[in-house]
Amino acid sequence: MLAFEDFQPGHFGTFGPRLITREEIIAYAQEYDPQPMHLDDEAAKRSLLGGLAGSGWHLCSLLMRMMYDGYIHRTASLGSPGIDEVRWTAPFRPGDELTLDVEVLSTRVSQSRPDIGIVTSAYTLKNAKGETVLYSTSPLMIKRRAALEAER
Amino acid sequence: MKFFEDIQVGDRRELGSFTFTAESIKTFARQFDPQPFHLDEEAGRKSLFGGLAASGWQVGSVCMRLLVDTGKREAAEMLSRGETPAVWGPSPGFTELRWLKPVLAGDTVTFASEIESRRESGSRPEWGILRARNTGTNQRGELVYSFLATAFVPRRNKAG
Repeated sequence: MLAFEDFQPGHFGTFGPRLITREEIIAYAQEYDPQPMHLDDEAAKRSLLGGLAGSGWHLCSLLMRMMYDGYIHRTASLGSPGIDEVRWTAPFRPGDELTLDVEVLSTRVSQSRPDIGIVTSAYTLKNAKGETVLYSTSPLMIKRRAALEAER
Repeated sequence: MKFFEDIQVGDRRELGSFTFTAESIKTFARQFDPQPFHLDEEAGRKSLFGGLAASGWQVGSVCMRLLVDTGKREAAEMLSRGETPAVWGPSPGFTELRWLKPVLAGDTVTFASEIESRRESGSRPEWGILRARNTGTNQRGELVYSFLATAFVPRRNKAG
């Protein structure tokens, strides 16, 4: 299990690639973001996105899943209090293969809960052409090593 | 949806409510956020959340759905009055997203959107840029969710 102390400022890792299918873009949009440019090819071509593209909130949810598959599943994560910033910098499309880069920006121990550390990272999702489709910064709460070992 | 000129700072839209059932929490979590406190009641109770908790991204996704539904309803009302609804542009992103309190199984969250600032785009005169504070409040009146969204909104009679 990765603890707070395993996260140090600098490049943490690169995860993926994750292939995005047309079916999952449409399924998410039908449930959470039923706008024409996420559902219908013809409507999407006429939109500013220039073709079928996934919802930005779908991309955020996929970022979460790629984080989980990449390292959160083996991290003593306690969740996140929020997201400082998300930039949707380019459309993501059916057939895209997304890669996640994680850069740790800063780490600190919680003042109110000294058994918890807070790791703030920058997350960049890129497609196979190397275009950034999402950039985000956010804090994650992680148990400290001593607290993790005390549970054993 | 309204045009930029017809929207003022402080305008508030009620977006509606959603009840986060245990089933809906687990279904979303299995797909996007399978951390134990989003999948299992016992793991949730032992976590900082104190119960089976919705993924923050489920809360965000539900808020998006209610924003879209509200926009469609407003567009239909404008059409029925003989007005032309505006087609808003894609959002460049958001800032200051806070999951202020856990959303637990059985909670009902009511969402709202309030305009915080508006300005004309310097580089693209056919667009205005709005920032809206979108919030979610639970059945006890506690603010559980907040973020500052950015939207490009077309200006009247400036269609590029």
